[in-house]
Amino acid sequence: MKKLLTHLDWLESEAIHIMREVAGQCSNPVLLFSGGKDSLCLLRIAEKAFRPGRFPFPLMHIDTGHNYSEVINFRDKKVNDLGERLIVASLEDSMKKGTVVLKSNDEPRNKYQSITLLEAIEEHEFDCCIGGARRDEEKARAKERIMSFRDEFGQWDPKNQRPELWDLYNAKTHKGENIRAFPISNWTEMDVWQYIERENLELPAIYFAHKREIVRRSNSIVPVTEVTPVKDNEVIENIMVRFRTVGDITCTAPVESNADTVKKIILETASTSISERGATRLDDQVSESSMELRKKEGYF
Amino acid sequence: MHKIINDSVLRFMTCGSVDDGKSTVIGRLLFDTKTILTDTLNQIEKTSKKKGMTDIDLSLITDGLQAEREQGITIDVAYRYFSTGKRKYIIADAPGHEQYTRNMVTAASTAQLAIILIDARKGILTQTKRHTYLAKLLGIKHIIVAVNKMDLIHYDENLYNNICKEYEEFEKNILPQNAPINIDFLPMSALKGDMIVDRGTSMNWYKGSTLLEFLENLDTSNDIKESSLRLPIQFVCRPRKSADEKLHDFRAFMGRIESGFMKVHDKIKVLPSGYKSSIKEIRIGEKVIEKAIPEQSVTVLLSDEIDISRGDMIVHYDDLINVSKEFTAMVCWFSETALSSNRTYLLMHASQTSKAKITAINFKVNISSLASEDATELKTNDIASISFKLAQPLIVDSYTKNRGTGAFIIVDESSYHTVGAGMIE
Repeated sequence: MKKLLTHLDWLESEAIHIMREVAGQCSNPVLLFSGGKDSLCLLRIAEKAFRPGRFPFPLMHIDTGHNYSEVINFRDKKVNDLGERLIVASLEDSMKKGTVVLKSNDEPRNKYQSITLLEAIEEHEFDCCIGGARRDEEKARAKERIMSFRDEFGQWDPKNQRPELWDLYNAKTHKGENIRAFPISNWTEMDVWQYIERENLELPAIYFAHKREIVRRSNSIVPVTEVTPVKDNEVIENIMVRFRTVGDITCTAPVESNADTVKKIILETASTSISERGATRLDDQVSESSMELRKKEGYF
Repeated sequence: MHKIINDSVLRFMTCGSVDDGKSTVIGRLLFDTKTILTDTLNQIEKTSKKKGMTDIDLSLITDGLQAEREQGITIDVAYRYFSTGKRKYIIADAPGHEQYTRNMVTAASTAQLAIILIDARKGILTQTKRHTYLAKLLGIKHIIVAVNKMDLIHYDENLYNNICKEYEEFEKNILPQNAPINIDFLPMSALKGDMIVDRGTSMNWYKGSTLLEFLENLDTSNDIKESSLRLPIQFVCRPRKSADEKLHDFRAFMGRIESGFMKVHDKIKVLPSGYKSSIKEIRIGEKVIEKAIPEQSVTVLLSDEIDISRGDMIVHYDDLINVSKEFTAMVCWFSETALSSNRTYLLMHASQTSKAKITAINFKVNISSLASEDATELKTNDIASISFKLAQPLIVDSYTKNRGTGAFIIVDESSYHTVGAGMIE
């Protein structure tokens, strides 16, 4: 008699359980959806958790305004196919309101997402945000709970987290407080790709190898776009790249790759020597504790 | 190179203080299984140099928060991952200091195996007993006693054997004795890399498994002794307003199987109501399956229309599980605010929540001597036997029989913080 689940079945089952706990315990949750691979796994899990019913929460995208158009088109098509509701909270609206003030026009906008997110939480009175963060991404994440408590200012206090035991999750909050729930906390980048392969999930095209104009800037490959223009003395190259993460254009860099199918990406992931964030997140290279600091300020 | 296929998941924890080389052991496991990638390694190399070290300090791999680096301590449980192709591993890395009993209990609650580290120079210490007690209390079925820093005692076989013998002697006397556990021993040097992933050449007298071999070959398929079906209902699916008219009378019950097996046509009952029915269909997502196994998140349709809500539990129709408004449990207290017998708390158990009052603090466990002591209050990191009276009945098993339905957490009614955890007797 088969008694144990395979690792993907186990991870999927855990994630479904977590999502159903959110639905059972929280009165007004929302699922953060960017069009990226991790949040696409979340949507697949939500289908397995709640179909044939509708999702017991809307989806929300925190839009920095700096997106690859393929990703936005993909996002809208996906939401339409699912027949679920999408809320778009726009960072540019926060700028118009004056709550987000950029130091300069070309400043990366990633860290300001927190402000727009907190404003949207307040406006819609969400008591829980489901996100696709994983503990293997970064060392501050490695210590975060699956149901992570945030105070009225969205702050994460690593020294004062709720102990989390067995599969018993405490998602209780007072008005104004918030839970960030991370159903795929225990997944690695490899698990995500294997799940995408097994479930045959569709992804935005920029995840697969394609020709793109780039420049090389201090150990990173920077795509040439309107918001990341070429600087003096830089040479534009047209090479095969793919994105390992997808987010705000100014802080997401592609890697050189010829992997144009999920299978090839899995093989490449298996033999890579650079971590996901190390290779591709320009915002995490600033200091050893960038993520920890951002999370304390309300970042998801 | 990461390996690609994994047959199962193994969750384990490491117990030991900074001085036992716990971080080095984890660092070594991750490093030798090629889980650490170049950019992380470069970062660690830089930091090692900054600290004036010539070799890479593998313990830095598990270094976490800025606050921890500043104070040179570990504050909280961290979770790490590696895979070998055979298994995916989840390590709960808990700090081992006395004041962090709460972290050890947290880490142990999801672990199937505990690695208890002993510094070969120091032998068995009070904390070794404490770690063993907590691992057993939390129902861990497999312990690996890893005698580390063998390089510092010249890889002495006799000294190693003495430590093992001494451990076996005291372990017998550590409660709870009712749970049979499987204990393995190995000598190693995390610093030199002996017997973690590679055997090394310094301990040819040792013929047993390396640490990784123990992990790879561990059989966990018999860990769940309780074979009775336990399916706590988390969510009820009733798509009444769906555009698809066929779904207007659709009703399905959703939850994760805590233990036991469930097949289509099985006769079941729903607790606490006691209504009986049978399983009409089992689904995982849109896929219909014939039989569900433990830890599977399922969607269940029943043959009869009965009223079920979140917090109910599906069991087999002839099951004699306890539906109880009173029980005694071993409790670990986490909060800085002492437990007060005058207050009401919330108990969260499976998918149920009930208000609870404390009727008695029976005794407290002295975590150093492991003796029972009289107690009138419970402070942070205390472990005690407590009797509860509940507002709503909970559907419970004893923790030694069933981890899933024998465990609960205690939530403060006003702050909503998790202030304690309990294991039902």
